[in-house]
Amino acid sequence: MLFKMAWRNVWRNKRRSIITMASVSFALFFALVMRSMQLGTYDQAYSSVINATTGYLQWQGEGYWEKQSLERSFSPNEEDLAKIENHPEVIDLVPRLESFALLASDHSDTRPGLIRGIEADKESLYFGLADKIESGHLPAKGENGVVLAKKLAENLGLSIGDTLVIIGQGYHGMSANGKYPVIGLAKLPNPDANKSTVFIGLEQMQELTGAFGQYTGLVLIPKSTDKLAALKTELSAKLSEGSEILTWREMMPELIQAMEADSAGGLAILFILYLVIGFGIFGTILMLSAERRPEFGILISIGMNRARLAVTTFMETSFLSLLGILLGSILSLPISWYYHLNPIQLSGEMEKMTEEYGMEPIIPFSVDPSIWLTHGLVVLVISMILGLYAVFSIYRLSPVKAMRR
Amino acid sequence: MAIIETTNLHRDYQDGDSIIRAVDGINLSVEEGEFTAIIGPSGSGKTTLLNLIGGLDNPSQGEVIVDQKEIHELSDNELINFRLRHIGFVFQAYNLIPVLSAKENVEFIMQLQGKSAKERSKRALELLKAVGLEQQAHKRPNELSGGQQQRVAVARALASKPSFVLADEPTANLDSKSTEDLLDIMHKLNQEEGITFLFSTHDQRVIDRAQRLVYVEDGKIKSDTKK
Ligand SMILES: Nc1ncnc2c1ncn2[C@@H]1O[C@H](COP(=O)(O)OP(=O)(O)OP(=O)(O)O)[C@@H](O)[C@H]1O
Ligand SMILES: [Mg+2]
Repeated sequence: MLFKMAWRNVWRNKRRSIITMASVSFALFFALVMRSMQLGTYDQAYSSVINATTGYLQWQGEGYWEKQSLERSFSPNEEDLAKIENHPEVIDLVPRLESFALLASDHSDTRPGLIRGIEADKESLYFGLADKIESGHLPAKGENGVVLAKKLAENLGLSIGDTLVIIGQGYHGMSANGKYPVIGLAKLPNPDANKSTVFIGLEQMQELTGAFGQYTGLVLIPKSTDKLAALKTELSAKLSEGSEILTWREMMPELIQAMEADSAGGLAILFILYLVIGFGIFGTILMLSAERRPEFGILISIGMNRARLAVTTFMETSFLSLLGILLGSILSLPISWYYHLNPIQLSGEMEKMTEEYGMEPIIPFSVDPSIWLTHGLVVLVISMILGLYAVFSIYRLSPVKAMRR
Repeated sequence: MAIIETTNLHRDYQDGDSIIRAVDGINLSVEEGEFTAIIGPSGSGKTTLLNLIGGLDNPSQGEVIVDQKEIHELSDNELINFRLRHIGFVFQAYNLIPVLSAKENVEFIMQLQGKSAKERSKRALELLKAVGLEQQAHKRPNELSGGQQQRVAVARALASKPSFVLADEPTANLDSKSTEDLLDIMHKLNQEEGITFLFSTHDQRVIDRAQRLVYVEDGKIKSDTKK
């Protein structure tokens, strides 16, 4: 009956309850849609940048990331390799050997570039490299040929079938010079990468630089990207000296900083929305506690103890916010879902900007349930804390005073 | 044996610099089965006295013994529980819970006592019948007249099988017909079921029906007459 009383009390002042619920649900609605957009954008930004560059986790020679020099490349020992490969959370290892060099054609200036020795199949399987190929193909295992980023090819005046000259420094002071036929062109979203990248077979790269059996990094493909830091710690503990595992956060701190600055702005707006919700609920609770005083007085007089009365009233105020939360969540869901499936396409300046960061110019919304859960819970907790005001006033109430008019 | 016994009861209120002696040394004893009215001019202390007896207010001095128990020794929570089991209340107005039907209002108090749903329902209907409102059982208070609401309040006060019913001006907001009806019911319950009533009133018709009149002025008993 207490439950029934609480529920019916919600509808006692219909207009006020509906206004309260509406204000909770609208504010929550905006908070949810905004957050869904923001987090969706981050997810897509992170994953596109991560997939185009470092991967989520990399196993490297100790100190490689700071110097990025072939001298710090490494060759994992059998034992370590077995441990990492057989770990249940690691799906695969994608080996890379990368180095900077000068590039030239027989009729152009030289240009600096990044040579990436790769296993084409794995890069395509995990990072979609094949999708970026505009013409030609990626070098098959053992195939002697290079794929040029599109802009780089233009600058060098090269096209498929021409020859690329690489002049560089190899491992341990050796020189690394070679001539390779161009077998494909790739369009990379990041303009810098598009101006400078050359893909070559891993073995060809090892041969070119004399770094036989060496890698600058092995990209670990984790089963889940949720607990990278924990996985890193666990794996690192298994490794012998001379190599280390880095997460993308460690490799790209700038990316994190940019996102966090942006997220802080979003949190400020969230805070304001929560304030709106809080005041809406509190106003109602204040009015409710004041106007019910005589009734509370009578209930305590006839023998309803304060705890029960407080629980009933607490239920009432919680129902009120719960209904608002449900409504706001339900309203926001189709919108987030729609833009999750049909991301907003950016155009003009925005499009250019995102592309410069190597991201697709779209804003997909996130439908991660944790967004709804978190914000629903936050609002519920806010309303419960405010609901304590009514509880408090019930505990302080003197029935005689409450009934005197 | 007395079910209510006050000895040298005082209640002072501070009003600025002066002290108002709202109840000033009252010794009152009420036996089982009485139908007693407390009368007196406005401000004489009737409400204060009833509040002290009902354990809603604390005395400045003196004792209130209900069913052999000095009730002001009880903690707040114990006192609420004591009221639930020993005293039925009828107030002047706003007695009923607006969101519950007449029957649910009567059942409510039995629910607080932990009675089973079946027992509650049966007794609530009996009591509503006794106050002539079995047809109105499912109406909410705002669908009932003032007199009907007070009758439901009497039914609710009896639901807990209290030792007595305290009523502070139960007819103050009623027209004369409703006052008659309510009095008939209270009187009948007193005569037939032996329910003890202690109420305050200004109303001559109520005074006429009372069996014992306690006249209070300036917080003191000036006369106490039995018919
Ligand atoms: N909480 C309080 N604070 C200060 N004075 C009070 C308080 N309650 C009652 N009084 C005073 O005590 C006196 C007795 O009041 P009480 O309400 O008991 O009178 P009453 O006989 O019930 O009057 P009425 O017939 O108008 O209901 C009055 O002078 C009143 O002003
Ligand atoms: Mg009074």
